[in-house]
Amino acid sequence: MGDIIELSSRYRDEGADEVVFYDITASPDGRTVDRSWVNRVAAVLDIPFCVAGGIRTLTDAESVLNLGADKISINTPALEHPELIEELASRFGSQCVVVGIDSKAEHEDYMVYQYTGDPDRSRSTQRRTLDWIKEVQDRGAGEIVLNCMNQDGVRKGYDLVQLTQVRNICQVPLVASGGAGEMSHFKDVFQKALVDGALAATVFHSAAIYIPALKEYLIEAAIVMRPPNNLGVKPNEYNYRAT
Amino acid sequence: MNLSPIIIASGGANLASLQFALERLGVIAPVTESATQIKAASHVLLPGVGTAQDAMTRLHAAGLVDVIRKLKQPVLGICLGLQLLYSGSDENDAECIGIIPGQAYRFPQSAKLPVPQMGWNALKRIADSPLIAGIEDGDYAYFIHSYALPQGTYTYATSEYGNIFSAVVQQDNFFATQFHPERSARVGARVLSNFLSI
Repeated sequence: MGDIIELSSRYRDEGADEVVFYDITASPDGRTVDRSWVNRVAAVLDIPFCVAGGIRTLTDAESVLNLGADKISINTPALEHPELIEELASRFGSQCVVVGIDSKAEHEDYMVYQYTGDPDRSRSTQRRTLDWIKEVQDRGAGEIVLNCMNQDGVRKGYDLVQLTQVRNICQVPLVASGGAGEMSHFKDVFQKALVDGALAATVFHSAAIYIPALKEYLIEAAIVMRPPNNLGVKPNEYNYRAT
Repeated sequence: MNLSPIIIASGGANLASLQFALERLGVIAPVTESATQIKAASHVLLPGVGTAQDAMTRLHAAGLVDVIRKLKQPVLGICLGLQLLYSGSDENDAECIGIIPGQAYRFPQSAKLPVPQMGWNALKRIADSPLIAGIEDGDYAYFIHSYALPQGTYTYATSEYGNIFSAVVQQDNFFATQFHPERSARVGARVLSNFLSI
């Protein structure tokens, strides 16, 4: 658990614009999970963060948001109960509600996959990705994270063809996921697929890509974003201690 | 300095991030609906997520609308809290607290300009306010909203998303940011500490 705080602090200081936590410990059988880590992360992060995994009900979402998360992300539960998106949006506002979509090229189309956390259960839902993108927006999703499974883990770049098709019909913020391996992949996905954000895990965790260097490279390429040195004055230079 | 800031419980689940941001500055700010506690506070924060209508319903039910109007200490509206300080919002035609004249409008939505605006955006200073001391043109803050106020007489900093909109406003002791200072890294921490030193 020390690791998660350490990693959060590192990304905060390196100038990450948002952090997404995939809670892989969240049990699929619905038993109560200890989410006190969310509170400890909220105490150190001064940038937005989103919690994904194990959020199946309004109560789950409320507890995560109360602990200090800015957004919650749902994937399989939205496929099982699409009305959950409406319920979450009307209770907490669309801005908190992220829908994660795992999508794979299949028969010259893109299909939504579910249970992707477990290779043995992972399967196509028979839903077309483009249809699902429209539906989740209509139901009140405030952001979509599209994980392109063909690219995931391959580090050959984001799926620009698929993301461009999705971008054309996506009027809420769209975040690309899956495939980042080098800095040029980020440049391509912002310039060609016009996504609002690019998510990556391995290349940042392994420090193969250093966030400040990546941001300098992207700004050099005329992509508008918060510069890595735009952190402002350190908070501890003006510490108000109520007496 | 003896600070006793409070956060008005204006609805929405997520107040922990604001409390933590203040804690990082060394200040404990309770969340309350108590008019007595609000009147006695040194600084009053009015956050808000969700809809303007829901927040106003909540404030009316708690008998706080008139209490807020009459506050003399520094007040800081955040995000929806900024919109609540104005006359009204196009969001369900909500009538708001009405301290500052003006009406919040919805961003026009398209694939080129997704709504909500959710992300970091640059600030441009329009006039000096103690709230933005030390903040410079081009400093980035974190926004997450679908409605905004056009630039007007009370605008001290703007940002641009399709159109130019009010990012920081002030009317006497009433201050507000459309962005989330509690999620805007050190720029946001500076704004919060500026507020606490007013």
